[in-house]
Amino acid sequence: MHLSDSAIAEEETGARILREPGSDRQSEGRQGPAASPRGTPLVRALRFLSGYKWETIGAFIGLVLSTAGTLVVPRLTQIVIDQGITLGAMRVIVWGAVGIVIAAVLAAAFTYLRGYLAARASQGVAYDLRNVLYAHIQTLSFGYHDRAQTGQLLTRATSDVELVRTFISTGLVQLFSALLMMLGSLVLLLSTNWQLTLLTLPVILLVLGVFGFFAGKGRPLFTIVQQKLGRLNTILQENLAGIRVVKAFAREPWERERFGESNLELRDANLRVMRMFAVVMPLIFTLANLGTLTVVWGGGYQFIAGHLTIGELVAFQSYLMMTMFPIIMLGMIIMAVAQAGAGAQRIFEILDTQIEVTDRPGAGDLPAIEGRVEFEEVTFRYFKEHDPVLNGVSLVAEPGETVALFGATGSGKSTIINLIPRFYDVSEGRVTVDGHDVRDVTLHSLRRQIGIVLQETTLFGGTIRENIAYGRPDASEEETVAAAKAAEAHDFILGFPEGYDTSVGERGVTLSGGQKQRIAIARALLIDPRILILDDSTSSVDIETELRMRQALERLRRGRTSFIIAQRISTVQHADKVVVLEGGRVVAQGTHDELIRDSAIYTEIYRSQLQDDRELLPEVVAVAGAEAGEEVS
Amino acid sequence: MFHGPGRGLSREVEKASDFRSTLRRLLGYLRPYAGQISIAAVLVLINTTLTVAAPGLIGRAVDLLWQFFNGEMESAVAISGLNRTMLLLLGAYAGGWVALMGSMWVMVKVGQNVLYQLRGQIFAKIQELSLGFFDQHEAGDLMSRLTNDTDVINQVLTMGLTRMFSSAMTLVGILLAMLVLNWRLALVSFSVLPIMVLSTVFFSGRARRAFRVTRKTIGGVSAELEENIAGVKVAQAFSREQANVEAFREVSAANRDANVTAESITAAFAPTLDVLATVGVAIVVGYGGYLVLNGQATVGVIVAFVQYVRRFFEPVRAISMIWAGLQSAIAGAERIFELLDTPPSIVDAPDALGLPAIEGRITFEEVCFEYKPGEPVLEDVNLVAEPGQTVALVGPTGTGKTTMVNLIGRFYDVCGGRVTVDGHDVRQVSRANLRAQMGIVLQDTFLFAGTVMENIRYGRLDASDEEVMEAAKLANAHDFIMRMPEGYEAELTEQGSNLSQGQRQLVSIARAVLARPRILILDEATSSVDTRTELLIQSALRELLHGRTSFVIAHRLSTIRDADQVIFIENGRIAERGTHEELLAMQGLYHDLYMSQFESEVEAEQVE
Repeated sequence: MHLSDSAIAEEETGARILREPGSDRQSEGRQGPAASPRGTPLVRALRFLSGYKWETIGAFIGLVLSTAGTLVVPRLTQIVIDQGITLGAMRVIVWGAVGIVIAAVLAAAFTYLRGYLAARASQGVAYDLRNVLYAHIQTLSFGYHDRAQTGQLLTRATSDVELVRTFISTGLVQLFSALLMMLGSLVLLLSTNWQLTLLTLPVILLVLGVFGFFAGKGRPLFTIVQQKLGRLNTILQENLAGIRVVKAFAREPWERERFGESNLELRDANLRVMRMFAVVMPLIFTLANLGTLTVVWGGGYQFIAGHLTIGELVAFQSYLMMTMFPIIMLGMIIMAVAQAGAGAQRIFEILDTQIEVTDRPGAGDLPAIEGRVEFEEVTFRYFKEHDPVLNGVSLVAEPGETVALFGATGSGKSTIINLIPRFYDVSEGRVTVDGHDVRDVTLHSLRRQIGIVLQETTLFGGTIRENIAYGRPDASEEETVAAAKAAEAHDFILGFPEGYDTSVGERGVTLSGGQKQRIAIARALLIDPRILILDDSTSSVDIETELRMRQALERLRRGRTSFIIAQRISTVQHADKVVVLEGGRVVAQGTHDELIRDSAIYTEIYRSQLQDDRELLPEVVAVAGAEAGEEVS
Repeated sequence: MFHGPGRGLSREVEKASDFRSTLRRLLGYLRPYAGQISIAAVLVLINTTLTVAAPGLIGRAVDLLWQFFNGEMESAVAISGLNRTMLLLLGAYAGGWVALMGSMWVMVKVGQNVLYQLRGQIFAKIQELSLGFFDQHEAGDLMSRLTNDTDVINQVLTMGLTRMFSSAMTLVGILLAMLVLNWRLALVSFSVLPIMVLSTVFFSGRARRAFRVTRKTIGGVSAELEENIAGVKVAQAFSREQANVEAFREVSAANRDANVTAESITAAFAPTLDVLATVGVAIVVGYGGYLVLNGQATVGVIVAFVQYVRRFFEPVRAISMIWAGLQSAIAGAERIFELLDTPPSIVDAPDALGLPAIEGRITFEEVCFEYKPGEPVLEDVNLVAEPGQTVALVGPTGTGKTTMVNLIGRFYDVCGGRVTVDGHDVRQVSRANLRAQMGIVLQDTFLFAGTVMENIRYGRLDASDEEVMEAAKLANAHDFIMRMPEGYEAELTEQGSNLSQGQRQLVSIARAVLARPRILILDEATSSVDTRTELLIQSALRELLHGRTSFVIAHRLSTIRDADQVIFIENGRIAERGTHEELLAMQGLYHDLYMSQFESEVEAEQVE
């Protein structure tokens, strides 16, 4: 992550392809699969080659010429034998040998050219695919990322792209090369001696047949191996990540057994595949050799009958090999095609995923806001068929107000705050900011004015300074420091030898949970948002840190519309408005005092927490405590 | 053999630090299969001999035809000679086929068995190692040892060694056959061989360096991807998508360029060898033609030589490729052996006691503990928890609270003093027996892929469905589980990521409850659960824990308040101890902490 790089103008980066060729991005926002370009996934991947026209054409020319060069050599050998050796002409022998070398050198040069250009084209395609994929992943909405697994997305952007690339650089080239070679040598075979060609035809067909048969039989076996391997890896991964749980429950014998079973299954699945391989590969070699046998035997008869020269016989044998190799090659290419096809399909699965939350056509920028946020009868479902997570929620936050969201796990608190920056779209009703429906303005202009501190703090690699300036890479030194000070982070940052230039993440220092959260607060503060969203951020730190952070947060809230998810009454008490949620509905809202008076649920929680303080403040909570004691203990 | 161009170059070679002894040890795995391997070796030898003989037979056939052509032989004699030679050739091909198939069949089985054994050993080792090991090693690294390293070893051990052997034999066979057929032509033809070897070495070296760069750059791409996919929500919240795309494009381009460089080296390798092979052919045809004219060679010899020379470079390439593969296989094997050789720092004492039903008296006596020698995390810790007591551990982050509870289950060993359960030093009892009677809910909840039911049942494998649900009810997990469409059969994904943090904690509490532990340890077990739910869980646990000893690490005072003992730990030492009231009365560290947290609540109350 290079946080220091400010956004570069899109056109200057030299990237040739920013979106899938042939796609119609105007239709992006619409529903249905009609928006994606036609063709199988692999064809769509190949369309990326259009950005590398010259490389592709050059590689193809190189391919044709190198094939021609290769095909010439046996003919030259034939001439040397028939017109040189047979007739005793030393000149023909020497010039023939020289010709063979020249043809070989030319073929090699063109092969290199082909390889180099194919590498450039295929690497370019891989580069574009990765970029398009990455850009798409970056813009896919929260709804998608809730379901997706990081590891899988990573695999698609690396392994699957690599599968497609390998196919383009070797598979595709080999495919054309094989076809061309096969065709060329077949023509030469026929022109050399058609009777002999017909004689070898059964062998050629047999090779084709064997390949087809085993390719069909092999694929399901490979799939089984992949499945077994996947299972084994899952068990292993779980045992590594969850080793503490395994040991805590003394489940080692059980896990060993589980792994042992899976290990055995994998061995057997592998054995089946490898055994087939052990039969097929030698068989194919032998069949190719049978071709040679047929040529020499049949050719021998033809020679004795006077229909064939020795040179022709030798050339014929070479051409037969040139016909046979591509067939074997094709067998391998078919496997590569299947793999690349599967890879491409997985890639396009992502690329075809509709971005659920995106700018409406013609959406305008949200002007500088006051900070009035209103939920009007908002209902929200994560999935269409599921029960609503929010059900008819209405609430208003006036500019500068602090609204505390209060409720049990799963009551819908986090969902409410996710709807304000439009991480998700409401299912019914609407969310407005200063009267603008959030769906009517651009995401960028909306989110730029909202500061968020999420429950799980994510920092990026790079320095502390870069992390604080994440939302505004152009922030000055003074602004950055000021934000850190306000977030109570300045002191501990200066405690590091390198101060603000200290690296965080894998290669840098390890920050405590509280330190991370304070940096996240500074990060939110630096963009000077009008609306502030704080998801219960203080659950995983100790009491002392919690206090210091609460002070920082209070400072941060001043003069901004704030939404806070908190579990402690003490935080909630200072809010201008407390919204009590249960099962996705607002069951009560008002100030702390009003709720104490009117809301049974609120009072219950309130008392239970106060019970903690009974010993400390017996005189204050005497009345409430007595009641709570009866209920809870 | 049939391979794409330059395949032998694409593997990165790692140097093993002790090649010989590692190889010897690796070959030790093959020893039980010595019989099978000998059979395979004989079969390979047969196959090689027959493979080398084939071009010679073809040459003989051509010579027959040549003699007929020159009128030195009757056509009937020529035909019967041709038939005889061709039958021999057919026999050679058929024999070669059977021998090759047989050798592959045998070696495949050997290889898979070795692999199976290695994987099993590694997994058993991982299970046996103590937690200290996992603190120092990354899961990804261990994972790759079990999958990638074993895979490379398998490829080399079975296919690789077989091919290495057969390639070397083929090369020797070809050279011998050529010398026997015509030593003059053979010696001249050999001139391309050293150039082939040299260029293979040259290209391998350059390719290796180039591929090292590609590996480094793909690492950059992966890191960028991983970080920004994991942090995508933050990126969107701060509208950083465009900047991220630009940054990604940069690392991605670096990888593309490195790949193009590496691939163009590879692209040059195969044509170079092709040219050399063809030069060999030209030499054979040119010089051979001259020899034929001088009566020093036959046409059949030339035909045979053309085939031999074309086959030169396959073994050369195969050997260089397998050699490179062997290097990285040995490096991989070294990593595996290093793991297998790691002595578990914690093993049951040879005379370990099977612990009877635990009463629950736990003592820490002068306990000291260090993760790294010289850096004590705990010092001079003394503590007695009577059966049925609840002990709360309090203190700032990173002061050793989690370490203390880890010592009870003997996940680590003390460096001084001792920890006892019912008077037994934990080092004298069977760990499995001890842990089976403990219920532990950790700070980082870990759930396995599988259903909710299976995850809770992990606590006690023979528990009935009803017992599982009972435990879930006690942990307050039942309600939210029933709200999911599939209920207890709901599949949990990647570490339970389809549950909220709080819900995961509830499931892991249910799992611990189901184990019916005599000792319960809760390490921030309810940190992500809201206060109301937490209270419900606590009251349920109180019931469950009646008469059982428990250790609780928590930062919420509601949890601490009810404890029989509160231990305040600072910098690895017990700074204060007593009941909640006693500690408050002391006006010390605990008091300060308590006051600071509740300051605002106190204020609020006074206003009211």
